[in-house]
Amino acid sequence: MYGLIARRFALGLVTVWLVSVIIFLGVEALPGDACTAILERDAQGEALAACRKAMGLDTPALARYAEWAAGVVQGDFGMSAGGQESIAQMVGYRVRNSLLLAAGALAVGIPLAISLGVVAGLTRDRWPDLLFSTGAILAMTIPEFVAATVLILVFAIWLGWVPAIVLTPADAPPLEFFPEFILASTVLTMLMIAHVMRMIRASVIEAMASDYVQMATLKGVPYWRIVFRHALPNALLPAINVIALTVAWLLGGVVVVEVVFNYPGLGRLLVDAISDRDLPVVQAITMIVAATYVGVNLVADILSLALNPRLRSHRARQR
Amino acid sequence: MSGVALSTAGRARGVLRDMMARPSGAIGLTLVTLHLALALTSPWLVPYDYKSMDATGTLTGPSAAHWLGTDHLGRDVLTRVMLGGREALVITGIATPVAMLWGGLTGVWLGLRGGWPDEVAMRLVDAFLALPGILPLLVLITVFGTGGEVLLPTLAFFFGIPVIRVARAAAHEVVARDFVSAARARGHRPFDIVRREILPNVTDTLLVEGAMRWSWMLLGFSALSFLGFGVAPPRPDWGLMVSDARVYMSLAPLGVIAPVVALSTLIIGINLTADALAKTLGLDRSRKAVI
Amino acid sequence: MSAQPPLIDISGLSVGFRGRSGAMLPVLHEVDLAVCRGESVGIVGESGSGKSTLALAAMGYLRHGLARLDGMARFDGQDMFALAPPALARIRGGKLGLIPQNSGQALTPTQRIGTQIAEALCLHCDHDPATHRTRARDLLAQVRLPDPDTILSRYPHELSGGQQQRVAIAMALAGEPEALLLDEPTTGLDVTTQAHILALLRGLARERDMAMVYVSHDLGVIAQVCDRVHVLYAGETVLAGPARSVLTAPSHPYAAALLAAIPRLGARALPRALDGRPPTPDIPRTGCAFAPRCALATDDCRAAPPPMAETRDGQRARCLYPEKVAPPAPSESAAPGAATDGAPLLSTRALSVRYDSPGLLARLRGTPRPPATVDGIDLALRRGETLGLVGESGSGKSTILRAIAGLLPPAGGRIALADGTDLATSAERRRPETLRRIQMIFQNPDESLNPRQSVGDILAQPLRLYFGLRGQPCRDRAAELLETVRLGAHYLDRLPGQLSGGEKQRVAVARAFAAGPEAVLCDEITSALDVSVQAAVLELLGDLKARHGTGFIFVSHDLTVVRALSDRVAVLYQGRICEAGPTGAVFAPPHHPYTDVLLGAVLAPDPDHAPRLLAEDAVELAPPARGCPFQRRCPVKRGAICETDTPPARQTADGHVIHCHIPLGELHAHDAARAKC
Repeated sequence: MYGLIARRFALGLVTVWLVSVIIFLGVEALPGDACTAILERDAQGEALAACRKAMGLDTPALARYAEWAAGVVQGDFGMSAGGQESIAQMVGYRVRNSLLLAAGALAVGIPLAISLGVVAGLTRDRWPDLLFSTGAILAMTIPEFVAATVLILVFAIWLGWVPAIVLTPADAPPLEFFPEFILASTVLTMLMIAHVMRMIRASVIEAMASDYVQMATLKGVPYWRIVFRHALPNALLPAINVIALTVAWLLGGVVVVEVVFNYPGLGRLLVDAISDRDLPVVQAITMIVAATYVGVNLVADILSLALNPRLRSHRARQR
Repeated sequence: MSGVALSTAGRARGVLRDMMARPSGAIGLTLVTLHLALALTSPWLVPYDYKSMDATGTLTGPSAAHWLGTDHLGRDVLTRVMLGGREALVITGIATPVAMLWGGLTGVWLGLRGGWPDEVAMRLVDAFLALPGILPLLVLITVFGTGGEVLLPTLAFFFGIPVIRVARAAAHEVVARDFVSAARARGHRPFDIVRREILPNVTDTLLVEGAMRWSWMLLGFSALSFLGFGVAPPRPDWGLMVSDARVYMSLAPLGVIAPVVALSTLIIGINLTADALAKTLGLDRSRKAVI
Repeated sequence: MSAQPPLIDISGLSVGFRGRSGAMLPVLHEVDLAVCRGESVGIVGESGSGKSTLALAAMGYLRHGLARLDGMARFDGQDMFALAPPALARIRGGKLGLIPQNSGQALTPTQRIGTQIAEALCLHCDHDPATHRTRARDLLAQVRLPDPDTILSRYPHELSGGQQQRVAIAMALAGEPEALLLDEPTTGLDVTTQAHILALLRGLARERDMAMVYVSHDLGVIAQVCDRVHVLYAGETVLAGPARSVLTAPSHPYAAALLAAIPRLGARALPRALDGRPPTPDIPRTGCAFAPRCALATDDCRAAPPPMAETRDGQRARCLYPEKVAPPAPSESAAPGAATDGAPLLSTRALSVRYDSPGLLARLRGTPRPPATVDGIDLALRRGETLGLVGESGSGKSTILRAIAGLLPPAGGRIALADGTDLATSAERRRPETLRRIQMIFQNPDESLNPRQSVGDILAQPLRLYFGLRGQPCRDRAAELLETVRLGAHYLDRLPGQLSGGEKQRVAVARAFAAGPEAVLCDEITSALDVSVQAAVLELLGDLKARHGTGFIFVSHDLTVVRALSDRVAVLYQGRICEAGPTGAVFAPPHHPYTDVLLGAVLAPDPDHAPRLLAEDAVELAPPARGCPFQRRCPVKRGAICETDTPPARQTADGHVIHCHIPLGELHAHDAARAKC
């Protein structure tokens, strides 16, 4: 089992490394660089050369990659292209805010999604299932920006409970952007519930149709005991990986929702950075998001291994 | 189980008939067909030019002249809603099959080939999936512009990557079966094995996947437009219209509601169709045959 | 029957499901079944006959989609379909226990065995919970599982098939049942394991005076356990009566045909096939369901369903002409032709195959590699000869076939055709002409036929590849091939999903013969088929061999089938050959101790035949590193020499080779001694 975890970990590192290469190459391949972005119209002749020399852009690509990667490993993402701000500092609060948003959505969404999924799975093709499943399809299909806009229309404009458009700085205490936080996490929760619920429903239906549930019934096990002791532990195991993907998606900065609500998280910073062609910031955010994605999936894999006796001893025997 | 029609056309007809027999399939197919018909005919149906501004009133409510009112520049909302899906439908309508094709073929080939190309490709796929979803699109569009010639290949490429995984998993299941072993033992070329033995058995999975991906691509496309990275004004697009009109939401809510309804009905239609397709093809894993 | 009321009493039960057209289609048709205390009743039928549905209905349980149309099922006087859920739950798993077919899937994968047995104890007995562990341990000991404490802390997937089945029995016993329902409890187990489980069940039933309903497709199993037999055909009871008379002198033509289709160890002849297939539930019934396949059928049979009536020896049958039904006699169909002499068509020398590939770490550390899965295989196949490879699961018999077919490149040794063409490579590296000469037929036609290709397309693959046939000539040739496997040209446009299991396997046979092969590799090709269908496929193979002079390598776990079909036989254990030679010689003494164990465990549909249990049915996951492969289970092990030295090949007069440290004379003496007792 430990060997398997070690292997997963190594693969995760390879993935993160590949992301760094892709990002670096991608930025290299783009026309223009940090200097053309800073100097704009003056980006020619000596001014450009001087700037490049000053920023170390005249050294070979491989050397620059090594230097950048070494910095990233130590948590130093360099300076943003625009100002003279340290990226690490700039990103720090955004990460906190995005984490808060994700935590809010997860805290409400996961328990709700699991319960709805289980109820829908157990009442397959009867009214609770039809209600929840249709609701899930609606929630999945309405674009995030539409849901967000409708929420603003209702709560900010018609009801006037929250201000419609605010601009809160990223380093403000969380309470100051509480209204945006509530609306944004509502939209995200809805989306997440829809995806996770559908998966849990299918998994519960599969477990309830299994031979071991039939056997438990014929062993005289009461219905609710079958559900909680026999079906659910098996049905919820595959959910771990789906939930992990959702978590990774949430932590990865949810661009559209953050933009609509002006929420000072990673996603909005990413859009701003791209608009400003602030490539060092784009690189930094990408690395953070990719590492989160890999990390969360790794945790889910380890959790599955620890909780699923079949996976655990199967792998152990193979070794 | 009986009545499996033989020819591809016959089978397609059978599947279509089964889908129409389900409420979700009937509603979904109707919605999608209506949208496609509207997109095809709208240039001849619209009451106004999408650019023409009515100086007499901006942000007006519904009236006999403007059924859905006018926007902040005095343009007819109905006209713009009717035209607002065309660009999205054309671009995603081409990009989705392209993505399914390249992703699907790559995945199937990797599933059969295995070995180091598979290892390397899967690591690359993982790396691409670890990128924040919308980032590569945003970057490429910022640099190269928002025209269809940029959007289409970009969408087709990046939406094809997750398809590789799906197709590879589906191919893995088929490759393990004895009819593929039989073909290998007879000595068919890998190309023939993919074409004759594997592809016919993964097309169902890819069809359902393709329908889902189409709706996601439409969502992505309208999100791009909404963020200002998609269709360039003054051309009409639902995402862009919502983005423009939401500032004036309190004055003219129809400016937001109309494109939202249009976009949502299309996406719901595609999703219901995909659901019905999956159930008809027997891919819904919650269904188990009796006896 | 006895005076007391039956414990299980099913009367006039009809069960059906709603078909596509909306009509209710019956899977059980007015079935009656009465079982008294201490009595054991067998329910026999082929797949789709509704036998499992009937057993589950005795518990008041119907699978999803099925509905009761008529009749009732009583247990101990209570109507099982009318009871409230709590009362039903008290009976199920309590007084009425179930032992399912596939215990591997019927045990909850996330719970330890101990937890699952404790749950059964907790629900049905009012023991002190503190004693549950001791009770569970007792139960496991009763089903003769060694080391109960270890088993209790295991998860289901960590046990072998036989162990899982014993756990399921223990779990049913936990409720102290008065009646047990057994749904094919030994199907899918090795013969030796099956014989042990049956012995255990028989003992338990006697000890506890339990009623048993034993569902099986295998008349040999029924003969071992049951006092009475019900034969089901297409959802109807066609014959019921005492086991002995039903098995020796059945008064229904279907039962007689079923018995005739079973290959027997004693006779070296092909069993008699039963043509046609049972009606599906969507076909409306007018007359006797068996009439279309019955040689005795008259217009009266087709006009109205015959009633159930007393026939002879306490039997009741649904037949108008029971007196015309002849007792099953061994068929006269030609035994396989005598082996032709001459150079071998295909031979292997010291063939070995491995599945593991040492990791980088293991190579650096120099960890010794485990012994090869298959090792030291010397085989020779002559023209027009059938070579049988027989052994239990894990004996490496299919692995050898896959190596010859090029699907699994060997780790060592030689495989060669008569002209010296080397076959010790993967299929991808062989020349098309070489590939053409060897064709393989797989175990399960559902897996080996592409469900998306029509029969015509399936047959076109080898025709196009090897002979460049296309268009009409290709279609004509495909139609010819279908004729040779006794399917008409009208099958060309059907999909595999529209064929029955036997028809599918015939298409697979036709596909192999499309290449005009010199050798055909058959991998358990009848084990997924019903016994009547199996007989037909075996007959077909014998026919093709006689006509084309093709050599067959026939892999099977079933000794009777191998005996009926093969000219020469090799017995495998753990990837090594124990014994090989002409069929007659191998099946006659002296035997290798493993062959002896296998032969002892074979069941016959004969109430007077009892299997001999010679060795424990332990499951071995890997062959021993040195010595004899059978050393760990051998009942006549010599001692240390068996663990250290590879057994010598001892050749007998009739040309058969036994790999054993025990001299032939002593082996002979063992057999003679056993025959006496």
